[in-house]
Amino acid sequence: MRPLLKALIAATCLAASGGAALSQSTIRIGLAEDPDVLDPSLARTYVGRIVFASLCDKLFDIDEKLNVVPQLALSHATSDDGKQVTIKLRPGVKFHDGEPMDAAAVKYSLERHMTMQGSFRRPELSSVDKVEVVDPLTVRLDLKAPFSPLIAQLTDRAGMMVSPKAAAEAGDKFGQKPICAGPFKFVERVQQDRIVLEKHADYWNKANIHFDRVVFQPIVDSTVRLANLRSGQLDLIERALATDIKEIRANPKLKLASVVELGYQGVTMNIDNKDAGKTSLGQDPRVRQAFAAAIDRKAINEVVFNGEFVPGNQWISPENPYFQQSFPVPGRDVEKAKKLLKESGVKLPVTVDFMVPNGPETRQVAEVIQAMTAEAGFDVKIRVTEFATSLIQAEQGNYQAYMLAWSGRTDPDGNSFIFHACNQPQNYGKYCNKDVDALLTEARAKNGIEARKPIYEKATKILQEEGSVLYLYHRKVLIAHSDKVDGYRQMPDGLVRLTGTKFK
Amino acid sequence: MLSLIGKRLLQLIPTVFFVSVIIFSLQQLLPGDPALIMAGEEKDPEVIEQIRKQYRLDQPVPVQYLYWMKGVLSGDLGESMRIKVPVADLVMEKLPVTLQLATMAMIIALVIGVGLGVVSAVKQGRAIDYAVNVFGLIGISTPNFWLGIMMIFFFAVHLGWLPASGYVSPFDDFWASMKTTIMPAFVLGNSIAGVLMRHTRSAMLQAMSSDYVRTARAKGLSEKVVIIKHAMRNALTPIITLGALEFGTLLSGAVLTEQIFTIPGFGKLIVDAVFNRDYAVVQGVVLVTATTYIVLNLLADIGYILVNPRLRG
Repeated sequence: MRPLLKALIAATCLAASGGAALSQSTIRIGLAEDPDVLDPSLARTYVGRIVFASLCDKLFDIDEKLNVVPQLALSHATSDDGKQVTIKLRPGVKFHDGEPMDAAAVKYSLERHMTMQGSFRRPELSSVDKVEVVDPLTVRLDLKAPFSPLIAQLTDRAGMMVSPKAAAEAGDKFGQKPICAGPFKFVERVQQDRIVLEKHADYWNKANIHFDRVVFQPIVDSTVRLANLRSGQLDLIERALATDIKEIRANPKLKLASVVELGYQGVTMNIDNKDAGKTSLGQDPRVRQAFAAAIDRKAINEVVFNGEFVPGNQWISPENPYFQQSFPVPGRDVEKAKKLLKESGVKLPVTVDFMVPNGPETRQVAEVIQAMTAEAGFDVKIRVTEFATSLIQAEQGNYQAYMLAWSGRTDPDGNSFIFHACNQPQNYGKYCNKDVDALLTEARAKNGIEARKPIYEKATKILQEEGSVLYLYHRKVLIAHSDKVDGYRQMPDGLVRLTGTKFK
Repeated sequence: MLSLIGKRLLQLIPTVFFVSVIIFSLQQLLPGDPALIMAGEEKDPEVIEQIRKQYRLDQPVPVQYLYWMKGVLSGDLGESMRIKVPVADLVMEKLPVTLQLATMAMIIALVIGVGLGVVSAVKQGRAIDYAVNVFGLIGISTPNFWLGIMMIFFFAVHLGWLPASGYVSPFDDFWASMKTTIMPAFVLGNSIAGVLMRHTRSAMLQAMSSDYVRTARAKGLSEKVVIIKHAMRNALTPIITLGALEFGTLLSGAVLTEQIFTIPGFGKLIVDAVFNRDYAVVQGVVLVTATTYIVLNLLADIGYILVNPRLRG
């Protein structure tokens, strides 16, 4: 009798645990890369932000139209002189460890971003002089100078709040077990294999969270990532390829969510970075204009991306509210290109050393550009270079043209200032014009699109004529998920937010 | 015998030392600046400066080497710049995965490779011999990534029998672990099986035509005993060396196969580390795998002596 009884108990236990496992809902998400360290101050990758979207809430968030909306904060107000920003916090918010998310915690988190050794948030918050606690639910940021993109910074990692207690205890090991105030809390991570999160029971918006667990799995190969989605091992994948869109749409079990990226793909020309800048391409704006006129952006999109991406000629896409309508995306004009080259009196063909970071799509785009510009009188020599190597070569000025992508920021300042102002870190071409500098700086001090857009228009005019970056197109962020997943909403930053999403 | 092993063990020390110097200096030849990559998209000059200091990238290479060696000798392989985790932890996390995959692949390779090699040698010139040879050629020449993707499409997407990718530890769930590793193990084993098969076949043919086999047959021993006890035992010597070397290669991580099946082993670890110029991880992993390779070589030599008594002098 005894063994039978034992077996019975065991069977009941098994059935019970099996039942519990079934009622647990787990969403499995396929990532295109393995994220770096999960510490909001030390993190630097795009893919890491996808994990943070479920793990660490921010003071503010963005909506579909790029408006700033409340998250951990309820509102913000900027003083008339633009040097004080007062932020009201949401009451009753708790971190994953039960600690209160109050003004003291915000002060701690922001100061951690600003002072921690190796923090990547320091430049993002460089406009902040000090953080003051006004009352338990109000903080005030005192700025060194007016800086309107600041609130947009607080919609991303710089606005992520960490539990002061956990952060103080863990020090620089915080990323191994991050404690934030997001909808899910950290359970475990196996490098290159998985990151597991589970529901935060005290989440302020828990009524809209419908999963018990989230499992992120990095799968680098896009074909395999899609195969996993098709076979049901994954529920959602990020960064599907444009060439896979047809197949995804044809499959009744799959759904596609897409949005035009905040960033761009473009070609940076070497204007004044060592000897390679001292060529006709670098010295004569007419040669750069000729190069641009010879390119058919629409054709690039059709040939390489099946027409799925968006041709562009500015640092933000035509769908962005800051897009300057007075500078529409131009068509191809080979005659104009030839004329410009003739005017400039250069000897034909104009050879161009074109450095292209390795990747199947970028290589194809480079080949299309090579063929198009050849008709106008350019001899483009494509030099495919591994990405990390291309960065140092760009820094050292070892190129004439460099194909470079920018993932984009919510505020237009993040797409323009560090690329076009003198001596900025992303200004690889060493372009420098005092007027552009002044305009971009002025736009930083003004609030609101009505005030800022006309300033950017003036800068755009100069940059279109003589700037160092030739904008080509804007990729689409493609998120594919199974038809089981319901209510998924794609935000313009391309990140995966699970609030409001559930299984059918 | 023991003194031989002792001597070989002593020889290990300078070899590993040279390996460490080579790893360190080769890595310096990699173009690209780790600080620049670590600095993220914004590349703030202040941040770059700080990273250089923190990881001693501003010091001369020999000084960096001495700091690293000092750590290694005290069991500290350094810290990953990218994910701020000790390299030793990463190695310990990946080692069981790679070990499991390599062992399974080796078993598959030995069963298929040696089995078919013996069969084709015994049935030399017959249809089955040709069939096996064609199979071997296909095994050697099929690219791993292609076979892997085809298997995923057939077994995971089309039939739905096996998970497309991922990894489960056998200690968590044995059958799930077998399911996740059988495809990559087969892909890896398949290419080695082809090589093993051809070597087994030629070694067996040589042994089968030798005097002692003729003598054994003349003694009236059954064909089974002749093949297994006399011919195979002698033919095995080169297979052991080859097997050990192939196993060593497997242990250093199968980059493409791990990438396709998303197996979190050494291969994926080292590829990610190279692309991110995460020097400490590259150095640590290469040092560990190189040492394993050398030790396996030693074990192969010992295995030699065990199967071939003539070498025991």
